[in-house]
Amino acid sequence: MKPAPFVHHAPRTVGEAAAVLAQVGHDGKVLAGGQSLVPILNMRLASPAHLVDINGVEGLDGIDVSDEAVRVGALARHAALARSEDAYAALPLLRQATLNVAHPAIRNRGTTVGSIAHADPAGEMPAVLALCDGVVEAVSARGRREIGWQDFFAGPLETTLQADELAVAVRFGRFPTGTRTAFRESARRHGDYALAGVGVMVTVADGVVTAARASFVSVTDVPSVLDLGPVLAGTEASSESWGAAVDSAAAAVRDHVQPESDIHATSDYRRMLVGELTRRVLVESVTAAEGDRR
Amino acid sequence: MTTQMFGAPIRRKEDPRLVSGGGRYLDDLGHDALAAAFVRSPHAHARIVEVDAGDAVDVEGVVGIYVHEDLPGRIGEPLPLLIPHPTLTHGRTGYALARDEVNHVGEPVVMVVATDRYVAEDACQRIRVTYEQLPPVVGIDAAREGALLVHDDVPGNIAAHMLQEVGDVESALAASPHTLTLELDIERSACTPMEGRGVYARWDDERRELRLWSSTQTSTGVRAAVAAKLDLPLAKVECIAPDVGGGFGVKIVHPWPEEVLVPWAARLLGRPVKFTEDRREHFISAAHERGQLQTVTVGFDDDGRLLALDVKFWHDNGAYTPYGIIVPIITSTQLLGPYKPGAYRCEFWSLYTNTVLVTPYRGAGRPQGCFAMERAMDAIADELGIDRTEVRSRNFILPSQMPYDHGLLFQDGRPLKYDSGDFPASLAKIKALVGWDDFAAYRVEAEAEGRRVGLGIGCYVEGTGVGPYEGGHIQIETSGRVNVSTGLTSQGQGHETVFAQIVAEELGVRLEDVHVTTGDTRKMAYAVGTFASRAAVMSGSAIALAARNVRAKALRIAADALEVSPQDLEIVEGTVRVKGAPATSMSLGTVSVLSNPLRYAFDEAAQAATQFAGTFDPDKPPVAEDDEPGLEGRDFYSPTQATFANGMHAAIVETDPVTAEIRILRYCVVHDCGTMINPMIVEGQVHGGVAQGVGGALYERMAYDESGQLLNASFMDFLVPYASEVPTIETDHLETPSPLNPLGIKGAGEAGCIPVSAVIASAIEDAEGFPISRMPISPNDLWELRRQHAAGEIPSLHRATRSAARDAGTTEATEAKETTA
Ligand SMILES: Cc1cc2nc3c(=O)[nH]c(=O)nc-3n(C[C@H](O)[C@H](O)[C@H](O)COP(=O)(O)OP(=O)(O)OC[C@H]3O[C@@H](n4cnc5c(N)ncnc54)[C@H](O)[C@@H]3O)c2cc1C
Repeated sequence: MKPAPFVHHAPRTVGEAAAVLAQVGHDGKVLAGGQSLVPILNMRLASPAHLVDINGVEGLDGIDVSDEAVRVGALARHAALARSEDAYAALPLLRQATLNVAHPAIRNRGTTVGSIAHADPAGEMPAVLALCDGVVEAVSARGRREIGWQDFFAGPLETTLQADELAVAVRFGRFPTGTRTAFRESARRHGDYALAGVGVMVTVADGVVTAARASFVSVTDVPSVLDLGPVLAGTEASSESWGAAVDSAAAAVRDHVQPESDIHATSDYRRMLVGELTRRVLVESVTAAEGDRR
Repeated sequence: MTTQMFGAPIRRKEDPRLVSGGGRYLDDLGHDALAAAFVRSPHAHARIVEVDAGDAVDVEGVVGIYVHEDLPGRIGEPLPLLIPHPTLTHGRTGYALARDEVNHVGEPVVMVVATDRYVAEDACQRIRVTYEQLPPVVGIDAAREGALLVHDDVPGNIAAHMLQEVGDVESALAASPHTLTLELDIERSACTPMEGRGVYARWDDERRELRLWSSTQTSTGVRAAVAAKLDLPLAKVECIAPDVGGGFGVKIVHPWPEEVLVPWAARLLGRPVKFTEDRREHFISAAHERGQLQTVTVGFDDDGRLLALDVKFWHDNGAYTPYGIIVPIITSTQLLGPYKPGAYRCEFWSLYTNTVLVTPYRGAGRPQGCFAMERAMDAIADELGIDRTEVRSRNFILPSQMPYDHGLLFQDGRPLKYDSGDFPASLAKIKALVGWDDFAAYRVEAEAEGRRVGLGIGCYVEGTGVGPYEGGHIQIETSGRVNVSTGLTSQGQGHETVFAQIVAEELGVRLEDVHVTTGDTRKMAYAVGTFASRAAVMSGSAIALAARNVRAKALRIAADALEVSPQDLEIVEGTVRVKGAPATSMSLGTVSVLSNPLRYAFDEAAQAATQFAGTFDPDKPPVAEDDEPGLEGRDFYSPTQATFANGMHAAIVETDPVTAEIRILRYCVVHDCGTMINPMIVEGQVHGGVAQGVGGALYERMAYDESGQLLNASFMDFLVPYASEVPTIETDHLETPSPLNPLGIKGAGEAGCIPVSAVIASAIEDAEGFPISRMPISPNDLWELRRQHAAGEIPSLHRATRSAARDAGTTEATEAKETTA
């Protein structure tokens, strides 16, 4: 379990990083927190000839809140995002979800942008980016571009980021006033990749649901947002009919997802599970504490 | 005695060192050593056609590449079959490097030695081995069928077939008012110590001597095995177990292929060589345990008393049997637990499969046996409508019946004879601890909240401290420092502390003056090893006996010097003094000086001694004819049989009515390991055992696919429970001393994990109302069982139908009669 030989590059600026990436092309890999990449190297599942270690690059660790979005830099660690009070105030979902990413030791090193660039269908943050209608900011020697989440995820562990591009930040879009969010997942052990997970946003105006969406972990091969508006909109959130509406939403989710079987759970079980988790997060979202309502 | 030592919950002496990075594990040694890495078989069953290392020889830093043909003499012969047994008619062992055929994924085929492990792995990647694949035998069903064979010359894949019977089971069953048959299934798990295997060897070419370090549970065993393989005199081989990061059984197997090859390469190359196993290697190249299919038939009377017990099981021993059939033998004998079985017959088949070999893992066959027995107890209780603890207690061996001889042979070839134990008292304690009698009310409350809960119980007896022997050696320096050594090894159990407690108590010295060395053949050449919860019983007893010898000698020398009778002396905090006249005294250090009269007075202790020099009789030799210089002593402890510890666990679980997620709400343990040397350490052992038991019950399994690939050979997919999955463990102790050894102690190392699968199955079954016959169980498994139950494919427990009937107004008694008629 030792990696094959590689050349280690330690650029100090985004420009330098982009220059090295342009040079090494498909032979290179960006190294951020290393929590996914290093095990892959050690197991020799990949043997890139060059590692472009961005940990020394200035100015990539910011977490900035604007009226529209929370912008998370490529070196902001999961732990920093989970701790950020500004980010939590603007978008509680970020903390709700991030605390489900692995364990503290891994969150201390692993980056949120790295998670998204890694595009693991079992990762929480790609699902959250999708639910927030987020954007990835990429820089290369050729210039800068923004990639909407729908265009970013190309398949399991596959994105449209080019080999010479560095994701410098992602922007999670904020929700309209009156939106509540909740996130839940079920893993075999605490902190493991989930068997299934779901995040929801529910916008309520005058006690009536006006919009609702859900996004999933481990049950779709790329992040996929289901609009629950058709089943939930118009329902009074604390009324009798809410329960039935939530059941229909769970049914809609079960229809929507396409889980795969593996050694930890069958496709059928995951389908049932994500439906039930959806039911529970929806109930939770409308009863969430005041602080969680945005 | 100012402070009580023996029996006190003192903190572990080794912990400051171990938790602050001061431990020296195998990979911390030998930074100048070459590294070994292996090309291992990617196939479960194949013939090796060709090995092409052409591309690897040029890798810079490669020192040697070896295949089986390169291994001379005994090194190329099969590895030893460590524990032969008359019923092991078809024992097979592998080679250090596979010869012609591979029998499991992970079997070593080529060894590369290089400047470091990175280079060695680079070279491994470039070696091409051509295989001709053979059909693999995976799983007990396939092995039992025998259509395909693992070893061509082993018909039916049967390594061993063993039958033990006490009484006449056929007629006892025929005469039983009730009989039940259970089909049970326990999957594989593994020890997975934090530190994998590892070995490091240095060859001294001038002295023709080998020194090796191994992360082993038996340094004397490794030493002897390596000396034999390398054809070296024992005197020219030393083996040291450094700090070992867990063993749990897997490191008692020896010699591992690497333990033969690394010393051989070190001698061949004249350079130190080291192998440090990585995690994937540990999963596919070390050992697993547990996998069994069982058929249990019980005959019992209307009160639930056992009249006959008939057990058949099929044990998956993997590709080879280097450790014999210890595991299934233990299952077949320890299955009986605290009960009188009536007539008993146990028949097992130990079967080859093309998977990693199976050798003892903490519990060593007992968790499976306990599962069989306890599932049967619950089934009897359900059948008759009697409380589960009541059925158990009606079958208990009583304290008045001790010692109790089952009439069977145990794993050490000696009678299965319980020395002591008070099972009714243990049961009373566990019922009180878990609140057994209040559970019905708790369940009603929980059900009202829409929650599903269940209560489970499991009882076991564990033969611990098997022979043949261990030794203890104690030597007191002139400074008063007490050096203690014993040959068995430590893997984190706290031996430095408990052995020091024994010595402090026996000698009357301060704990901090006692320094314990384990597992170093330079210090103690005679030893067996650490397994079977035997360290405290065996080495603890030997050390106590050695301490008594040293004490007698110290008193004799001091009595001479102080001109009093030894009976008038006591030793307190390292000072020998006259009882009632403590001013007349001398330190043990001074006694040590006196014990070695040839020494000069070169330090303070010696100076202090000179004032007594006048007591020597000039007509006698300085060292008496029947004496030896030095204040030291040693002794060995060799019991006639094992001592039997016992315990009872109970748990409350909650199962999610929709998702079938399983949560342990409470986990209670009552444990009896005789006299406790250190209750805190015993508790720590129990906690660790329960944690591994929880792993075996709810999380861990070896996911082999039909081609024999292990799909979860990493800690990402082989689910060892985290601290977050292990419940708070509530413990209570009973101390029923063993009459067999000087300290009254019994082993405690494996206890915690033995009944956990049985207990959790019992609790889940109680929550769900249908039988649980297969462990481990995941939420997905439970969900699937619910589906089968709903579809009528699995029967309900009588308890469930009875309580439904009760709700409908039928009385329980009538119902019980109907269902058992
Ligand atoms: C035991 C364990 C448990 C885990 N559990 C979870 C879990 O439950 N949920 C979860 O989501 N994750 C989990 N992870 C993964 C963890 O969240 C990682 O931090 C994350 O997947 C990747 O982030 P990283 O910064 O470590 O990226 P790295 O490992 O450094 O890189 C991952 C990949 O992304 C690429 N990359 C990284 N940053 C950039 C960038 N800025 N631009 C372009 N490409 C980039 C790399 O080239 C590489 O291909 C776990 C990891 C471990 C070790």
